Amino acid sequence: MSDELTALRDELEGAVQAADSLEALEDVRVRALGRRGAVTGLMKSLGRSAPEERRERGQALNLLKQAVSDAIDARRAALAEAELERRLASERIDVTLPVRPAPEGSLHPISQTIDEVTQIFGEMGFRWAEGPDIEDDWHNFTALNIPPEHPARQEMDTFYLAGEAGSRPVLRTHTSPVQIRTMQAAPPPLRVIVPGRTYRSDHDATHSPMFHQVEGLAIGKAIHMGHLKGCLIEFCRAFFGVADLPVRFRPSHFPFTEPSAEVDIGCTREGGQLRIGAGGDWLEILGSGMVHPKVIANCGLDPEEWQGFAFGMGIERIAMLKYGIPDLRTMFDSDLRWLRHYGFPPLDIPGLIAEAAE
Amino acid sequence: MKFTFSWLKDHLDTEASLDEVCEALTMLGLEVDGVEDRARDLAAFTTARVLSAEPHPQADRLRVCLVDTGAEEVQVVCGAPNARTGMMGVFAPSGSWIPGTDLRLKKTTIRGVESNGMLLSERELGVSDEHEGIVELPADTPLGAPYARIAGLDDPVIEIGLTPNRGDCAGIRGIARDLAARGLGALKGVPGWGETVPGAFESPVAVRLELGDRPEACPLFAGRYVRGVSNGPSPKWVQDRLRAVGLRPISALVDITNYFTLDMGRPLHVFDADRLEGDVVVRMGRDGEEIAALDGRSYTADADMTLICDEAKGNAFGGIMGGEATGCTEDTVNVFLESALFDPLRTAATGRRIGVQSDARYRFERGVDPTSAVAGMEAATRMILDFCGGEASLPVVAGGEPDWRRRYRFRPERVEGLGGVAVPAARSVEILRALGFGVEDGAMSVAPPPWRPDILGEADLVEEVLRVHGFEHIPVADFPAPAVLPAPALTRAAAHAAKLRRALAAAGMAEAVTFSFMPAGHAALFGGGDALLRLDNPISTDLDCMRPSILPNLLDAARRNADGGRAAGALFEVGPVFRPEAAAIEPEGQLQAAGGVRWGATPRHWSQRPRPVDALDAKADALTALKALEAPVDKLRVTADAPAWFHPGRSGALRLGAVPLAWFGELHPRVLEAFDAAGPLAAFEAFPDAVPVPRAKAGGKLRPALSRSAFQPVERDFAFVVAEEIEADSVLRAVRNADKALIADATVFDVYRGKGIEQGRKSLAVAVTLQPQDATLTDADLEAASARIVAAVAKATGAVLRG
Repeated sequence: MSDELTALRDELEGAVQAADSLEALEDVRVRALGRRGAVTGLMKSLGRSAPEERRERGQALNLLKQAVSDAIDARRAALAEAELERRLASERIDVTLPVRPAPEGSLHPISQTIDEVTQIFGEMGFRWAEGPDIEDDWHNFTALNIPPEHPARQEMDTFYLAGEAGSRPVLRTHTSPVQIRTMQAAPPPLRVIVPGRTYRSDHDATHSPMFHQVEGLAIGKAIHMGHLKGCLIEFCRAFFGVADLPVRFRPSHFPFTEPSAEVDIGCTREGGQLRIGAGGDWLEILGSGMVHPKVIANCGLDPEEWQGFAFGMGIERIAMLKYGIPDLRTMFDSDLRWLRHYGFPPLDIPGLIAEAAE
Repeated sequence: MKFTFSWLKDHLDTEASLDEVCEALTMLGLEVDGVEDRARDLAAFTTARVLSAEPHPQADRLRVCLVDTGAEEVQVVCGAPNARTGMMGVFAPSGSWIPGTDLRLKKTTIRGVESNGMLLSERELGVSDEHEGIVELPADTPLGAPYARIAGLDDPVIEIGLTPNRGDCAGIRGIARDLAARGLGALKGVPGWGETVPGAFESPVAVRLELGDRPEACPLFAGRYVRGVSNGPSPKWVQDRLRAVGLRPISALVDITNYFTLDMGRPLHVFDADRLEGDVVVRMGRDGEEIAALDGRSYTADADMTLICDEAKGNAFGGIMGGEATGCTEDTVNVFLESALFDPLRTAATGRRIGVQSDARYRFERGVDPTSAVAGMEAATRMILDFCGGEASLPVVAGGEPDWRRRYRFRPERVEGLGGVAVPAARSVEILRALGFGVEDGAMSVAPPPWRPDILGEADLVEEVLRVHGFEHIPVADFPAPAVLPAPALTRAAAHAAKLRRALAAAGMAEAVTFSFMPAGHAALFGGGDALLRLDNPISTDLDCMRPSILPNLLDAARRNADGGRAAGALFEVGPVFRPEAAAIEPEGQLQAAGGVRWGATPRHWSQRPRPVDALDAKADALTALKALEAPVDKLRVTADAPAWFHPGRSGALRLGAVPLAWFGELHPRVLEAFDAAGPLAAFEAFPDAVPVPRAKAGGKLRPALSRSAFQPVERDFAFVVAEEIEADSVLRAVRNADKALIADATVFDVYRGKGIEQGRKSLAVAVTLQPQDATLTDADLEAASARIVAAVAKATGAVLRG
């Protein structure tokens, strides 16, 4: 390369390096490689050179053009990079700002508990059944082998609607009348659960005039107390999530079952803290038994042919035990702080698509 | 039912420990509610002698005592006024826990003098409220002996919860019988029970049953006249036992009646015969008759109550409580003993009506052994003679023992059939016999004993065998689902509720559960309050009417939250509401509803300005609910005719045809005022039962094929100036109807009033999405479509394009 071309290359490369913006760089490119640029001019003048000189000079000019072009590309990339850096720096925001509000709702623990109970008994083939909150005396009492003189029928326990004595509608005192409605509606075998509202005329620290129960009923030809034990032990262990939870069945008395059993689960009360699990102490959680032959007969079925078990438990009670809710009355207070604290997120759906226990 | 361990052992010959007995009781169905083992609480305390009691050098009211505990001599600083040299007291060593104060005793220094323990008062021991001074024991009390034993407090007290069918176990005898049947010992005989006491003279008091057509009210009355008694205190062992189970000893005669009540489940009563006027008459009460009872109070009887009277007046409620005027006192010389039978149902009803719970009622309402009337009268007569002396008359018996004998078929295989556990027939028979049932060999026919009126059939006999054999011996049997994969469990209503709850919670509302009843005044404001839905016996007037709507309860809750400083929030509930038909148990009378309220303003935030909640928030919630129910929301009409409890200008209904599926809006100011609530507040209520069941499709769950146009959608904006009263929905409807095939969507993106727009008119800016199906839209197509839209809106609403 001649001194002349070397000097030109140095000059152009210097100009490229000196360009401090893409615009300035473009100016340099035009000055060097544009149609009227210095390098382009020299290329054009090549035709006037002698043939033997032309080849040599042509190679030199191509080298020069390549060198300048490479320098411009490199500089352009560098400038673009710097430009992007500047833009990014200028676009910085405060990512610690609080996000736009999207208020979270919650489900009441009673609803969540009913869903949990439904899930477990559903796996055992029980289906929902329903009945009215306002019931007639026959379904709520008589058909369940609760005679007219029974203390449970007295006003101190039962809410009555206005009406003539003896035929006044009642607010159902338990979900058991749905046992009757179910057995009357469809022939056995059957397995149903009945979660729902129930009412008793009681209002103090441990009683609410309205509360929830879930009734269970299984009727077949050979269902016996061993099945009752198997079913309820499975339930208690699944519901409380304690695989080795002790479950005890002890004799009791209900008008609509014979034999009758109260069901206790194991717990400890060490240090004043109640904990569900193996531990030497017992906690009563539900009542159960073999459906009384008179109840089966009252539904138009032959108790010599059909038999089975029934159970009933308080939803609030098992929810309070499982989730450590200290006071029954707060369940119905609708205090937002309570609902947020004890409530459940809307997508916390009990079921198999859940995290497995360890 | 309370009893002591040693009392139980009067009836049960057993080596079993207290814990074994308690475990067996619970597993027999006699649930142990509590065991009070005083000996355990008092184990640290022993008898001790005060060797010397000198004044404290630094304190006038304290004494420095040297105490001999039998094991050592210790120095104790004592503040009791009766602490003195030579007395016997109760010593608590340092480190022991003091029941009365719930404190642990520490070695301490009081005003410079070391104190190594304490001399206790009865209150500190937890045995009474006495705190005037420290316990003083007789001088001959052995030194260093456990206080509990010296004081007769070493007999554990057991309390069981009796189910209403077990009247027989309201006597210690019955409890012992159950335990013996379970193998915890042998049932002993009861000395004197069943023996007769000879009488020396004809009773001057006769008994007449004058019950008319209600002889069952008191079928049998057995009595004795005992003359010349001396009614002092009963023997110490009787007093100790009564006191241990929480009864106050009164006098020998009264204590005897209480003793038999507890021991044999046989209630008795004693009259001071000299205070009776003439004979004893058992009759029904007279309406309004006043009875002065033993508890010093007066009760009003009626014609359904059984009274024990004399010739002058009613004295006592039969089977419940004796009378004040004819009761025994220390001065009683001649006593008339009553041992009767009363109807359980009538006794329970009377007790409830006069509001008296008593040991007698507790037993009679559960059922008392009819054969115990005469036997109890005889045994109590013997005890009266033993304790109080005197001379007994010939027995007086009115009425007769009702027939309690009956038999039931018993198939031993039913024990396994119902109970799921194989119990050999011979074992079943053994259990039944141990419980007092009569079982004829071979013939499986079983006769319940007189003390078991609750046994009414074969299932009851099976239960007797099972509970004695032990529920714990019933093998656990698998109860698998009938199919490997169970069918879905929910009914339509339950599925509705589940979807509504999760959808509304996801929309930011907190689920509440409120009562199904409310004040009638609240109900009336929301279209309810019908007389048919009033409670006859509400707990309070705040809860006297079945709710016609969920909203009043939520409104009340919103007000309470706002009053508590939670100025904004959102609550919903899914639950029942009631129409008058519900009182006839008609299904259409009881509906499921979903209600929700939002109150306050949206939160203050850097990104957006707060705004008060309004009717359109409630509309969004209503639509969320209806979408969750898969209601056809695109077919709904919005009408401005919500019920009267809504603000007439800021509310609406979502209707399918004429049927309302939901209401929404701000509440009427008068309603807010009635609830003492302040706005802004918006509410909705939706009715899942009104959502039609989706028609079954031929393809079942198959979705139709997806149709996706290959051509670009185009968005065009229009600004329509319309009269103020023109509703946005009518403009949007006109737009959509202008070209149903081409117009995919239309929505309002701005509402403008003010400069450039005439007063009384508004500008609605509408964004329309055009989706061609067959070819890209040309400019000419667009122009034509726009013209159709403008013309359609103009025709429907009188709108003009904004210039």
